[in-house]
Amino acid sequence: MTAALLETRGLCKSFGALEVARDVGFRLESGARHALIGPNGAGKTTLVNLLTGLLAPSRGSVLLKGEDVTSLTQAKRVKRGIARTFQINQLFRGLTVLENVCIAVAERLGAGGSMLRPAGRRMDVIGEAAGLIETLRLQEEAGRRIDELPYGRQRLVEIAIALGLKPQVLLLDEPAAGIPSAESHILLDAIGALPKDIGVLIIEHDMDLVFRFAERITVMVSGAIYAEGSPAEIAANRDVRAVYLGSAADG
Amino acid sequence: MTAQRHAQPMSAGRNALGLAAATALAERHRIRWWEALPWIAGIAVFFLFPNYLAFGTQVLIMILFALSLDLVLGYAGIITLGHAAFFGAGAYTVGMLAQHWGWNEPLSGLVAAAAVAGAIGLASGYVLLRTHGLTLLMLTLCTMALLEEAANMGAAYTGGFDGMPGLNFKPLLGRYAFDLLYFRSQYLYVLAVLFGCFLVVRALVHSPFGQSLTGIRENVLRMHAVGAPVRARLVIAYAISAALAGVAGALFTQSNAYVNLSVLGLDRAAGVLIVLILGGYGRLYGAFVGAIAYMVLEHTLAKAYPTGWQLGVGLTLMAVALYAGNGILGLAAALRRRIRAGRGR
Repeated sequence: MTAALLETRGLCKSFGALEVARDVGFRLESGARHALIGPNGAGKTTLVNLLTGLLAPSRGSVLLKGEDVTSLTQAKRVKRGIARTFQINQLFRGLTVLENVCIAVAERLGAGGSMLRPAGRRMDVIGEAAGLIETLRLQEEAGRRIDELPYGRQRLVEIAIALGLKPQVLLLDEPAAGIPSAESHILLDAIGALPKDIGVLIIEHDMDLVFRFAERITVMVSGAIYAEGSPAEIAANRDVRAVYLGSAADG
Repeated sequence: MTAQRHAQPMSAGRNALGLAAATALAERHRIRWWEALPWIAGIAVFFLFPNYLAFGTQVLIMILFALSLDLVLGYAGIITLGHAAFFGAGAYTVGMLAQHWGWNEPLSGLVAAAAVAGAIGLASGYVLLRTHGLTLLMLTLCTMALLEEAANMGAAYTGGFDGMPGLNFKPLLGRYAFDLLYFRSQYLYVLAVLFGCFLVVRALVHSPFGQSLTGIRENVLRMHAVGAPVRARLVIAYAISAALAGVAGALFTQSNAYVNLSVLGLDRAAGVLIVLILGGYGRLYGAFVGAIAYMVLEHTLAKAYPTGWQLGVGLTLMAVALYAGNGILGLAAALRRRIRAGRGR
């Protein structure tokens, strides 16, 4: 078997007696458009936190292109190409939209530690950030502070920051939550425009969006992988319907 | 094909210039006309108030000290109550060099003070900046207390409780004497050093490094998630700030010709914090406004009410804390916004 883009082996995490990840063996292939679904508290965000290094696993390992990255810090994993968005916006609230994106782009280009040149002279950084802002249709708000924006617009900045890191693995934790449904296409368009070889994992409760987006779906329940398959397989899986899709599928 | 691929970033750059926000960001580091005002004022004081130059020198030193604090507190968001540790380290460095080793050339003394204070900042920052919040606050306080006690105990080198009075320094550049009797050259010397240090801090806060410090202040979690080496950035900023505080301390010793334990005390650490909060932190010029407002207030009140002046300072600070959380400059910015909004309507 060839190495997956991102893979976990026997990943476990417990907080005291509470097991939030139980022997998770998960594969994200390159070019994947993969969705992770499951009821609240199933451990989806925990898995993302384990993948990015925000949390250290109790047991098990995380492999990026076959290389063990379990002991690497968050920042080092970002440098290797893992980027994420957060379930709850994590932005630089006192800074403008453009500055937010610039900080991410500057870090990716290795400019973040430079002290001698003014940030304003880095037209490469500003130009790329402005491009991302256009992709996410945020031009109108580019000069406004994050804390002056409605939540849905902030949500798009969260995406722009992740895209600014030019990741190989993009982990989106409920990216559409809080975005008005009329604007969720901006999000899908932006993801659709990504290079085909990057692997995208999306955690989402909006089943409509999941089935529009995903080519593969993993279902988590109580910290463990419950089922995995193509959208058609998952939709047809009676057990999955029972534990999760139940109300949505019946209704 | 290749040509097209190259064309893309170019057009992105042009778009960026079309975007008003991008233009604003690209021009933010440019020097504005009003930025000359503090320096014109500094030189005007030299000619207009020849009798206040000793006091003016102390104000300038306080500005430099507060400016160094602004870099860590205002920009990087490091909460510290022990910044006088570095002021004191610089002050004692030039004092001890002059007293024991006859190294009393002022400019190289500043360099030595910056090096010693910067090294202490680097070492203590490396250990301390794993923590944050109240733990960090306590540890910065502890660092300062340790240095103060070391200065107290090491009497053979530091003069202990009495400090080192009556220090001698060589004339500046071999020509301009600047001890207690030569306020004029002293004032200009400190003004010039402040100007140099200010240029450094100004360049830093406008650099990508400074932007990343602001990012750390605004959201550490996100900063980790964009791949920034957060702790290394903080330690570097802390060390640079410490070196600048060390220069301020060295100027203090050189201009007063003495050094004692007061340079390392909580009084001084709290004083500079008050100055910065009063002026407005994270604004570069807050240090200037705060130091002048605080020291002039203190000076005038102490003259008018020799017994109860501290009450007046306390009441003013309470008023600022209650009604102008972002200091005098914050208040000014809020007023300007309100006037603009009024015009807009």
